[in-house]
Amino acid sequence: MSVIEFDGHNITVSVKDVEAILGLKNESVDIHEVVSKENVKELDANYNLNSFVNHVQINRFRTFSPANLKAVIGLLLLVPSLTLRRIRSYLEKFWVLMSPPLLGVEEEVQSNVSSPSVDCGLGLKERNYLGLSDCSSVDSSGVSSLPDNNKNNLNLKATELRLGLPGSQSPARETELCLLNSGKLDEKPLFPLLPSKDGICPSSQKNVVAGNKRGFSDTMDGFSEVKGYAYAEKSWMFHDAGSDSESPQTVGHGKYPGNSGANVILSARSPGAQASVKKDEPANVLQKQPHATNGINLKQTDISNNKSSAPAAKAQVVGWPPVRSFRTKTLATSSKNNDEVDGKPGPAALFVKVSMDGAPYLRKVDLTTYSTYRELSSALEKMFSCFTLGQCGSHGAAGKEILSQSKLKDLLHGSEYVLTYKDKDGDWMLVGDVPWEMFVETCKRLKIMKSSDAIGLAPRATEKSKVIN
Amino acid sequence: MQKKMECSLPDEVLEHVFSFIRSDKDRNAASVVCKSWYEIERWCRRRLFIGNCYAVSPRMVIRRFPEVRSIELKGKPHFADYNWVPDGWGGYVLPWIVEMVGAYPWLEEIRLKRMVVTDECLELIAKSFKNFKVLVLFSCEGFSTDGLAAIAASCKNLRELDLQESDVDDLGGHWLSHFPETYTSLVSLNISCLGSDEVSLSALERLVGRCTNLRTLRLNRAVPLDKIAYILRRAPQLVDFGTGTYSADLQTDVFSSLAGAFYSCKELRSLSGFWDVVPAYLPAIYPVCSRLTSLNLSYAAIQSPDLIKLLRHCPSLQRLLVLDYIEDSGLEALSSSCMDLQELRVFPSDPFGVERNVSLTEQGLVSVCLACPKLQSVLYFCRQMSNAALVTIAQNRPNLTRFRLCIMEPRTADYLTLEPLDVGFGAIVEHCKDLRRLSLSGLLTDRVFEYIGRYAKKLEMLSVAFAGESDLGLHYVLSGCESLRKLEVRDSPFGDKALLANSAKLETMRSLWMSSCSVSFGTCKLLGQKMPRLNVEVIDESGPPDSRPDICPVDKLYIYRSVAGPRFDMPPFVWTMDEDYALRDS
Repeated sequence: MSVIEFDGHNITVSVKDVEAILGLKNESVDIHEVVSKENVKELDANYNLNSFVNHVQINRFRTFSPANLKAVIGLLLLVPSLTLRRIRSYLEKFWVLMSPPLLGVEEEVQSNVSSPSVDCGLGLKERNYLGLSDCSSVDSSGVSSLPDNNKNNLNLKATELRLGLPGSQSPARETELCLLNSGKLDEKPLFPLLPSKDGICPSSQKNVVAGNKRGFSDTMDGFSEVKGYAYAEKSWMFHDAGSDSESPQTVGHGKYPGNSGANVILSARSPGAQASVKKDEPANVLQKQPHATNGINLKQTDISNNKSSAPAAKAQVVGWPPVRSFRTKTLATSSKNNDEVDGKPGPAALFVKVSMDGAPYLRKVDLTTYSTYRELSSALEKMFSCFTLGQCGSHGAAGKEILSQSKLKDLLHGSEYVLTYKDKDGDWMLVGDVPWEMFVETCKRLKIMKSSDAIGLAPRATEKSKVIN
Repeated sequence: MQKKMECSLPDEVLEHVFSFIRSDKDRNAASVVCKSWYEIERWCRRRLFIGNCYAVSPRMVIRRFPEVRSIELKGKPHFADYNWVPDGWGGYVLPWIVEMVGAYPWLEEIRLKRMVVTDECLELIAKSFKNFKVLVLFSCEGFSTDGLAAIAASCKNLRELDLQESDVDDLGGHWLSHFPETYTSLVSLNISCLGSDEVSLSALERLVGRCTNLRTLRLNRAVPLDKIAYILRRAPQLVDFGTGTYSADLQTDVFSSLAGAFYSCKELRSLSGFWDVVPAYLPAIYPVCSRLTSLNLSYAAIQSPDLIKLLRHCPSLQRLLVLDYIEDSGLEALSSSCMDLQELRVFPSDPFGVERNVSLTEQGLVSVCLACPKLQSVLYFCRQMSNAALVTIAQNRPNLTRFRLCIMEPRTADYLTLEPLDVGFGAIVEHCKDLRRLSLSGLLTDRVFEYIGRYAKKLEMLSVAFAGESDLGLHYVLSGCESLRKLEVRDSPFGDKALLANSAKLETMRSLWMSSCSVSFGTCKLLGQKMPRLNVEVIDESGPPDSRPDICPVDKLYIYRSVAGPRFDMPPFVWTMDEDYALRDS
């Protein structure tokens, strides 16, 4: 059973696992156990944000949309051991990966944050965390006029996060962003496809409200209490997707592309967890209300912006659309050449050198030919097998299994070697600390390093946020 | 009666008659008429097609068909094309080659698709089959140009070498020089997939020059534009030509020599390649355009205005592969100038982009469907679709046999009505009575599968992603589509009930692939035990499925019928659900 299922629009989390994450069932349950259900073997013994996000990203999300991003935020907020600071520094990483429409969604979130209810029980720090969406509000209003962030008190964060946003004034981030997006961002309307105003927004907030108590049942209560229109798109839906897949609740699941944004469905797959699930109301809401409201909004969007009627919440899915890998590779190379002709930078084959401490040879890998850490790992494993295999054996888990991503990670992290990379700033980082897409953008070299030499290499997020601060 | 049948015709005569039966289906039908027909047929079967290399063992094939000259084998599931099948899954051709070396010394043709071919295989082929003529490796992997060098050096009668879309480890262009100087039999050479920056141009030119029967030549991007004219002049008999890199600084002498070379190729019917195209050079092909029936521009980033100009010169076009830069306006032009079009494929130029980068909608497809009466086959990537458009297409092109529509964002609704696209696809299956292949996309409920089950009686292959609501959807398809041979599903909530209720149907199909669906491990085990002719393979890279409860859904499931039993070359992430497994498990 998966901890998290992401089907393109909705995130389904098994209640049991969430409870495990929350430690409701058993205080001693840690992510280590939860993750092992996913059969990702032996992540870092100390559960941390790195492994969680990587885990989530590698296995389910891979790319980030408002839908999955918010769900991740929500989930992370529910994890007691995480400080908001760490979460936020991660989100900065996501931020640069997000496209303007996504920011638009966040902006909506922000405008709704100012409802007084949000305040309840939230520490200032947490508010600050939420403030990460503030920056987008700054930017969005900046399109026409000056920023108006008086309505919330999160300016500090806004400053920081503005770094990652299109049209922002921070030169450093701006260039980075332009690079990432082939310089297109600036030309685009910032919010071409704003979803329904009352739509997706409340999701993370309300959950943060509940989340501040860090209790699952509180979250539930939050849901059943909230009523009315604004709740129509309540994102944390609970429904029983358990044994009976023909149950009517599932009908609404994932039907509203682009708008179902942050629907997070907690499905009670495990018997025994259902008692706490109030399934009926939210499921019905999901089925009925959003349809009407979103429908209108989508249409309006289409009319006003017929060049880009793609759904706002563009959620990329692994291996989709179905384009032959051969074609993808070829396109990557040819678009490089074309863009060179036009004088524009563009995606290209990304060859980086790989070295290994003690290995007599260098290899090159084209990062664009891989789409996950797993693929890269297994490729590296092949290249340096004579070296890693010995390690594998000594690690005791060798034998018949091929070296999977987790295993390599395990191998590299747990034993003598770690896989590190040099980012575009020239800093050496541990591989696996940022989403794959970002890694591809920033990786300049790879090195399989003796872990004794790698001490002090911080995971990227913390390192960078220090720099920014 | 039986006596009479036996005496009616001598074996030699029957054998002669059978030699006129080309289709495998008819051959199969003939072979089950009676024992003597079975015997005669098996001795005179020269061509074999095996749609799944694990469905039968090489020895069984050899035992039944001792005189085979040509074999076509397919390996990995179709979804492997999209990287959805883990690396190392299988599909190795070596065991087949090894067996055939002993049994078919006169084997002439090997055609492989999605198989793992090693250099060892190629060397074995080169040295074992004395009269080897055709090697087609379609989407294969695992070999290098060293293996190709062995083929070039040893196969004196080689007519065809086709590496279409294979993943070849290109160790440089030198392998071409292994064709002996006396070698002249080449008819078809496709090396467009080779990634090397270098190709031995002199060897290539000499080869092209001396093989006067060369009809098909598809080059890779290592061949520069200024060499194309020279090559074409040496092979004016070419019918099918794939250019190399089609870019250079615009120089009138290069241009005029190129145009002249194209003009001298009176037989050209098909063009492809155009890597890194510089549109200014496109007019060089205008002189041959009027004869072209096939144009593959799917690797050429040509913008709509240039495409429109080009297409206006191609009135005979039957097959067009193109990137979505063609846009609606280009498709409009296509529909007004290419009335003979039979096949259209529009690929995305930016498949993973978030924003739409071109103005391509359902309207482009609709206009082509309305204007081109012979259109049969469609592959279309776009970002928006409506039921109305699909209904129009269905009503006007009932002759469609292959319809693959990919709306890039999963679960995209009809953008006009925000309804699911059930009705639209329903119209396709209802009106296109001969539909054999269908790929679904967009927002779809179980209703569309009800339509498919009810109407798509000739459907042979169905691809489903992000669709349906319940087991009922899958049930409609499995119980309704009589001709279904291949079904591939991903990320759809289909599960146990539909599979168990239609387990017998699975034996009539070549294969079923389901990934990220709701099939429980318990059901997989059950199917494996109850259906001995099915190989039920659970694929999970994260660990053995039996480490979880039976009710847990499996990651990937591949079911295929086989008379050979479970395969022996499974990687550690594949588990076969057979009785042994059940025993181990209990």
